[in-house]
Amino acid sequence: MPIIIEAKHISVLYGQTEALSDVSFAIERGDFVGLAGPNGAGKTTLVKILLGLIPFSKGTIELFGKPQRQFRDWNKIGYLPQKDSTINTLFPATVNEIVLLGLLSQKKWPKRITVRDENIVRTTLQELEIHDLKKRMFSELSGGQQQKVLLARALVSKPEILIFDEPSTALDPGSRKEFFLLIQKLNKEKGTTIILITHDTGYIGQYANTLLYIDRTVIHFGDISEYCTSQKTHPSFEKIDDHIIWHQHN
Amino acid sequence: MDLFNFLHYTFIQKAFFAGSFVAITCSALGLFLVLRKMSLIGDGLSHVCFGAIAIGLFFGIYPLYIAIPIVMVASLLILKISENARVYGDAAIGIVSAVGIAGGVILASVSQGFNVDLFSYLFGNILAISTTEVILSVCLSFIVLMMICFFYWDLFSATFDEEYAKTTGVRTQSINILLTLLTAVTVVLSVRIVGIMLSSAFLILPAVTALQLAKSFRIALGIAGLVSVTSVLVGILCSFFLDIPTGATIVMVNALFFCLALVYRKL
Repeated sequence: MPIIIEAKHISVLYGQTEALSDVSFAIERGDFVGLAGPNGAGKTTLVKILLGLIPFSKGTIELFGKPQRQFRDWNKIGYLPQKDSTINTLFPATVNEIVLLGLLSQKKWPKRITVRDENIVRTTLQELEIHDLKKRMFSELSGGQQQKVLLARALVSKPEILIFDEPSTALDPGSRKEFFLLIQKLNKEKGTTIILITHDTGYIGQYANTLLYIDRTVIHFGDISEYCTSQKTHPSFEKIDDHIIWHQHN
Repeated sequence: MDLFNFLHYTFIQKAFFAGSFVAITCSALGLFLVLRKMSLIGDGLSHVCFGAIAIGLFFGIYPLYIAIPIVMVASLLILKISENARVYGDAAIGIVSAVGIAGGVILASVSQGFNVDLFSYLFGNILAISTTEVILSVCLSFIVLMMICFFYWDLFSATFDEEYAKTTGVRTQSINILLTLLTAVTVVLSVRIVGIMLSSAFLILPAVTALQLAKSFRIALGIAGLVSVTSVLVGILCSFFLDIPTGATIVMVNALFFCLALVYRKL
């Protein structure tokens, strides 16, 4: 499978502190990567670097074969940020207006919304079974409903890679399972590459095929089942805990 | 005097025409500013406008001509200071605003001749608006509204979630510069309508009124525009018949609409 994201020797400085050090990995088309690590390990930082939201001080990143700074095909990447990270909750926008924002990456100036765009949004909302929310105010929805709307915004441009930052935190257990099954379906049936930051280790082991475990640097990158036999296995867990947590050796 | 005769006065027609255009522009920009928690940039820039008008009067140049470029530069300065100098945005507004006022006061003191003219700009006087000012207000308002139309989705996306907007290729830094430059032009235009002291209210009140009632962003823009234009028309009418200051009356009508919207929302 072709490599669609390649990071080589990435380092990031926050002031004098090194948030990430010498991080290298390559993600192939169709991978389902679980990005895990302890609090403050740099998971969100790493994702934001890939998306060009934070500058990196050393190393190189290639997205779909292009250096990240020259990459312009943002419609190939769908992003679901951490819940309530930057969103203005008083914003008077409908679900329809929010999901349309996911199509802006395909548009050239002056950006105009067409009937075709409206149809694409309708189809996406129907696929996620939230079409009835289309005209509702985003700020009036429950946390789980808002999360589904933001997922629709990430999916609407039919991206080749989807990046999720802790998507399950706002979801109840039932919705969480449904959510993981949905992204697994996207991965298996449509070949969409997935990068998923999660603390939900009990779930990720069942769905992801690759684990990128970091703690400011790469601790493990590779097959998720090899994590517990890795030479650099993280000292936070005992071996037996790893077996249980990642659900690999039932 | 009846309403029919009142509408035949050329100065009333000019005030209605220019006031309506500036009102729509202020309401549209105000909505983006309020939602981005940048409401006070209008207040800061109106203070800079005071200094700029003083410069114009000091050098004998028509004040609004010189105020537009100076306030635009000041708006960029606010952005630059808050981005690069370890200063929060509100502090940057405070710095630029204070320098604007201080410069104006010093120039007024040194000249000793135009204090009356300068202070007449503090509270505006739309009923004394000249034909040139009407043309300037309408043309610049039209340009600002066109820019909002052309960049509507970029402005919308960057206002809802700036970080996500970047991931869809929206150049949020350029959009921020555009928004502050448009605000600078609009503040200068609103100074002629409601004056330096009240121009920020002209930006903020229609937007916050709309936010109490709107169920979508487009509806919010519509309500803000309607409230703003109605406030100008009712304000001019009331100030003429009750013989009270026009700018202050327009702002009070705006405030009344806001109170009504609050009550309606609570019901």
